[in-house]
Amino acid sequence: MGNVGASEVPQLIGPDGRRIDGRKVDELRQIRVVAGPLKRADGSAFVEWGANKVMAAVYGPREVHPRHLQVNDKAIVQCRYNMAAFSVDERKRPGLDRRSQEISKVIAEAFESVVFAEEFPRTSIDVYIEVLQANAGTRCAGIVAASVALADAGIPMVDLLPSVAVGKVGGQIVLDLKKEEDNFGEADLPMALVPQSGRLVLLQMEGHLTAPELGRALDLGVTGCRAIYEKMKQALRDRYSVDPPQVLAEVAA
Amino acid sequence: MGNGQRPRHRRRGREGPSSPESSERVLVLPGEEIRADGLQPGPGTYRVSGRVYANVLGLLQRKPPVVRVVPLSGRYAPHAGDLVIGIVTDVQGSFWLLDIGAARWAPLHMTGTPWKIDFGETGEYLQVGDAVVVAVEQIENTGRIGVTMNGDGLGKLEGGTIVTVSPAKIPRVIGKGGSMIATLTRATDCKLVVGQNGRIWVDGPLDGVHRVRTALELIELEGQRRGLTERVERYLASGERRLELPSSARPEPPTDELEFRTDPGTGENSFPE
Amino acid sequence: MSGEVAAEILTTHVLELARDGRRLDGRGLDEYRAVTLEPGYVASADGSALVHIGDTTVLCGVKLEPGKPFPDTPNAGVLTTNAELVPLSSPSFEPGPPHPRAIEVSRVVDRALRAAETIDLKELCISPAEKCWTCFVDIHVLDHAGNIIDAAALAASTALAHTTMPRVRFELAETDIPLAVKHVAIETTFCRLGDALVVDPTVDEEMACQGRLTIATDEAANVVAMQKGLVGAFAPQEVKELAERAFRHGDRLRAEIRGGAR
Repeated sequence: MGNVGASEVPQLIGPDGRRIDGRKVDELRQIRVVAGPLKRADGSAFVEWGANKVMAAVYGPREVHPRHLQVNDKAIVQCRYNMAAFSVDERKRPGLDRRSQEISKVIAEAFESVVFAEEFPRTSIDVYIEVLQANAGTRCAGIVAASVALADAGIPMVDLLPSVAVGKVGGQIVLDLKKEEDNFGEADLPMALVPQSGRLVLLQMEGHLTAPELGRALDLGVTGCRAIYEKMKQALRDRYSVDPPQVLAEVAA
Repeated sequence: MGNGQRPRHRRRGREGPSSPESSERVLVLPGEEIRADGLQPGPGTYRVSGRVYANVLGLLQRKPPVVRVVPLSGRYAPHAGDLVIGIVTDVQGSFWLLDIGAARWAPLHMTGTPWKIDFGETGEYLQVGDAVVVAVEQIENTGRIGVTMNGDGLGKLEGGTIVTVSPAKIPRVIGKGGSMIATLTRATDCKLVVGQNGRIWVDGPLDGVHRVRTALELIELEGQRRGLTERVERYLASGERRLELPSSARPEPPTDELEFRTDPGTGENSFPE
Repeated sequence: MSGEVAAEILTTHVLELARDGRRLDGRGLDEYRAVTLEPGYVASADGSALVHIGDTTVLCGVKLEPGKPFPDTPNAGVLTTNAELVPLSSPSFEPGPPHPRAIEVSRVVDRALRAAETIDLKELCISPAEKCWTCFVDIHVLDHAGNIIDAAALAASTALAHTTMPRVRFELAETDIPLAVKHVAIETTFCRLGDALVVDPTVDEEMACQGRLTIATDEAANVVAMQKGLVGAFAPQEVKELAERAFRHGDRLRAEIRGGAR
């Protein structure tokens, strides 16, 4: 957050109540979810969300390397969230910085909260998230992609994990911040929801919110997550539907 | 987890779809509520506050007294009695470690072979890269998968090759009462050993092996559709050596022609579709 | 190691097929997989391309930033090529510092770009000895289904051919202009499978392979870079034959990159 050198704060909410990209305060950016685009991974998914492009892959459950990380009675969930050097305006040095390591940790813990890890003692479920193009909300897009990838990999879990950020922009609580809103807004609150239980397994926040604002933000986030959840399920249905659209021409005819 | 919030679940069990063409084929996703209708929640499900949910992506199967979800994807989940094809990944003094495509490597102890081996001589019998047919004996609570090479049809594989499909597609590879295997064998003059772990050993004339591989790719892509046996038979009868199979997630037909997309950035026709 | 052990009977089968002039996926020995080039895939980059060779997928993004020229080349810009073999792309790639395998891909691509003079580094000079453009070519392997060197090189060349110099963003000029691409180098990789030399190997073929040779060619019929990799050997006569084959594949692929360039 925070944009060093930016001289002016743009007007983020117009007189008509619309945001800089014309969205209403409770409107999501366009989101597209594709299940299973990668060949080599056990499970994979691609998410294009606003101007974000994020790929996720899951390997495992598989043997743990290094071995000392192995846990006797369950699988560990390891996550690597990484941003490609060209995914942001100013080239990012390759490799995991402190921000990426922190995000990797909270995402791993979010998934460990829903995966039936004790079905696979002494193994690792590896979740890899690559941000190819970033425009605020990449950790949420990463969780959405990784979650679909986990389902694609046949990992048993309580539920998929829809995720979205809410924030405060121009004094208003808004859903799904884009870059300018993230940079110049007053608060940013990413979350991930377990729809089955209604609980949050990822929650971070930065900025200023009063208690009533926090309440509205959480409610708006949950509503947003439920909409994203439908997109995630549809992506998996498209890939696994029993009578899929005719993907194969009658080549064997 | 550790905070006691997570619902109790049922271990996933075996028993793929009772028959590949069974009538009820409802796709369920993790977290989706299942109408149990008085049935017991079985493998692939969990129960919380009296409600039953799927915990894995798969097909719903109601087989009184149990309702279960049969996974459609994922690594091989071993079950006692399964015949599987393993690849030796490590040789130790008294055992070998086998990659059977499961979550863990399976140790094959030297006593689980038809050979009389002294400690330290394991490497003289099986080496890294060797392929073997073994049977799963038991899955321990530690996740250890015990396998044996003692039994009919078990042993080291010599010659031929291995084709890998998703383990979830194995019921389709076998077919109703073995019909698919029979079709493949008859049309190609090949011998087949089908491992429950998605590995299929094929041996025979090169052309036959190629045709089996192509037919298996067809099954991998189309395993959920009806009329599969007919389609495979048609392919085998067609005499075509090559069957163009589109990649599952990228439905561009493979051609030798280059495809050049000059309209980037709209996200409309960008990868993946 | 994440334990990707090839079954010996599979590698033997690959070799047996090659002896018979065949391949696992039904291709001919000199047949390349289908190639798709998708330039402009990443809006946050100054140039980019997503490339598929069969199931192999590689993304390249180019970024230009003002920097300082090297003292020994005061009139030239700086080109930096980096390849990331991220663990998302293969069960055998692990997280951690760059593996020598990734560094090899970076350097082989870099050598071809430099030798072919894909971009004229002098055109990246802004103010001699003081300011120049640094051109970062970042390659991200997304799905490793074999032959990532060729895919990385194709992605890099295609991305460069569609790169805009961001002069406005850095307040260096009123307008942006395309980065001029002089020569396009195409890398063509072959694998030895017994006596057979196959082009564009898949992962199964790479596991069975007894030596790998990459030959980069330019449009003026020069060989501009080579790399022999993996355990194995080639006879000089074989290298000559492979160079001829590399020219044919190079010309075909080059036309596509050029065809789509502005």
